[in-house]
Amino acid sequence: MDIDLLLNSFPKLIVASIITLKLLSASLVIGLFIGLFFAILRVNNNLVLGKFAYGYSYIFRGTPLLVQIFIIYYGFGQVEFIRDSIFWVILKEPYWCAIIAFALNTGAYTSEILRSAFQTINPGLIEAGKSLGINNKIIFYKIQIPIAIRQSLPAYGNEIILMLKGTSLASTVTLMDLTGVAKYIISTTFKPIEVFVVAGSIYLFITFIIHNLIKFFEKKYSFE
Amino acid sequence: MNIFKKFGLGLLISLFLTISANADKIRIGTEGAYPPWNSKDASGKLIGFEVELAWALCRYIGQQCIIVEQDWDGMIPALQMRKFDAIMAGMSITDERKKVITFSQGYADEVASLAVMKGSDLEGMDTPEGVNLTLGGSSVNKALKTITGALAGKTVCTQTGTIHQNFLESGDVGKVNVRTYKTQDDVNLDLASGRCDVALAAAVAFTDYAEKSGKPVVLVGPTFSGGAFGNGVGVGLRQASQMGEDSAQGKRDAALLKAFNKAIDQARKDGVISRLAIKHFGFDASM
Repeated sequence: MDIDLLLNSFPKLIVASIITLKLLSASLVIGLFIGLFFAILRVNNNLVLGKFAYGYSYIFRGTPLLVQIFIIYYGFGQVEFIRDSIFWVILKEPYWCAIIAFALNTGAYTSEILRSAFQTINPGLIEAGKSLGINNKIIFYKIQIPIAIRQSLPAYGNEIILMLKGTSLASTVTLMDLTGVAKYIISTTFKPIEVFVVAGSIYLFITFIIHNLIKFFEKKYSFE
Repeated sequence: MNIFKKFGLGLLISLFLTISANADKIRIGTEGAYPPWNSKDASGKLIGFEVELAWALCRYIGQQCIIVEQDWDGMIPALQMRKFDAIMAGMSITDERKKVITFSQGYADEVASLAVMKGSDLEGMDTPEGVNLTLGGSSVNKALKTITGALAGKTVCTQTGTIHQNFLESGDVGKVNVRTYKTQDDVNLDLASGRCDVALAAAVAFTDYAEKSGKPVVLVGPTFSGGAFGNGVGVGLRQASQMGEDSAQGKRDAALLKAFNKAIDQARKDGVISRLAIKHFGFDASM
């Protein structure tokens, strides 16, 4: 064990974890909106929109994240009309490609989590709202969404942690995130164990924080 | 003896046979993704200059070989962890690598070059044909200055953990915006897509890609050698001192170094290296 290397790589990896956190938070925020949108389509009674939302979630949950990020980054880059379109301004940057892939992926899982939460809401609560003469929109925003979010917190916490580890794939499209910088240090020192131990510990620490945040919110919004 | 015992014994025997069959074979690691040095055909079989040279060297050594595939970024750690005994993967002999492994004498040498897509404003850079960093001198300095100016503000792409990345980060060409990739294939793809303004690798890696893909990739600027680019490509081996020079493994590693050096001498004398180089590179890259 090379203690010097452990200590030297630590500050570099801490700086790199900022990129990891940026990727994680950006894709989670966008993914949450995507997930909410598609979950609403799923619980809606419109059959066509429901099937469309189902198809989206089926495709993005059924293919590896690595394949998705490769298609968006290397795949789209090979298509000439995409390169000539205005989308290229965004797709040219590895950072945005990674965020798009991550957001679409986590969006698919989030939509499933929220859908099941919507469907398990006690119908009595909605009926209570209706009998009080509250209109459907307000029932949805004030009763269904808050309950669904509370119901889905444990599962969503899991998804955040999975996504944190998913961001390590950003290094495959040249981004210098935590894993990317770890690999870079290894390529000059040829000592993988030390560097990956430090990188792994940082991932573990971030997971620890996420885990406790979710626990805090679960308590705060518990029904008791 | 019941059936389970028989089955267990059979398993043990077959395991023992596999281990003992592999014990005296030399395992050679290669990347399989750096044509024409080493690559894979459509069926996944390893091919290329170094794969054929490896078979030839093994014949000279008189021992059986297994060629093992390994990602470039884990090549040296894999050698040290004894996943294989020798590296033949277009790996240049550099002082930095010599700190952790040892090399046989060089068997081939090949220059590096910048490449762009046709129509780039880097085309027609005014530099000498070749720059040898070891020689130095005013013409080399002038060329480096020209390149520094040309690369300023450009995204320069290269494979991670290579002499090319080392050169770009050495400061010889100023502070460059370097983007690194896991394989040369990925570098080529992003050069073609326009995400990279310019790329740096072995000159043949680009000409090979241009030829096979039909993409208008052109070499620009001088060819580079010496300095950060090392002293030719050799067989990477473990330092005998890694496991202790008196240990059985240390002795085996020291013997391998001798055997490879001798085999390369013979292969060179017989013209085998030249012949294979001309076959794969189109010119005699042997040394």
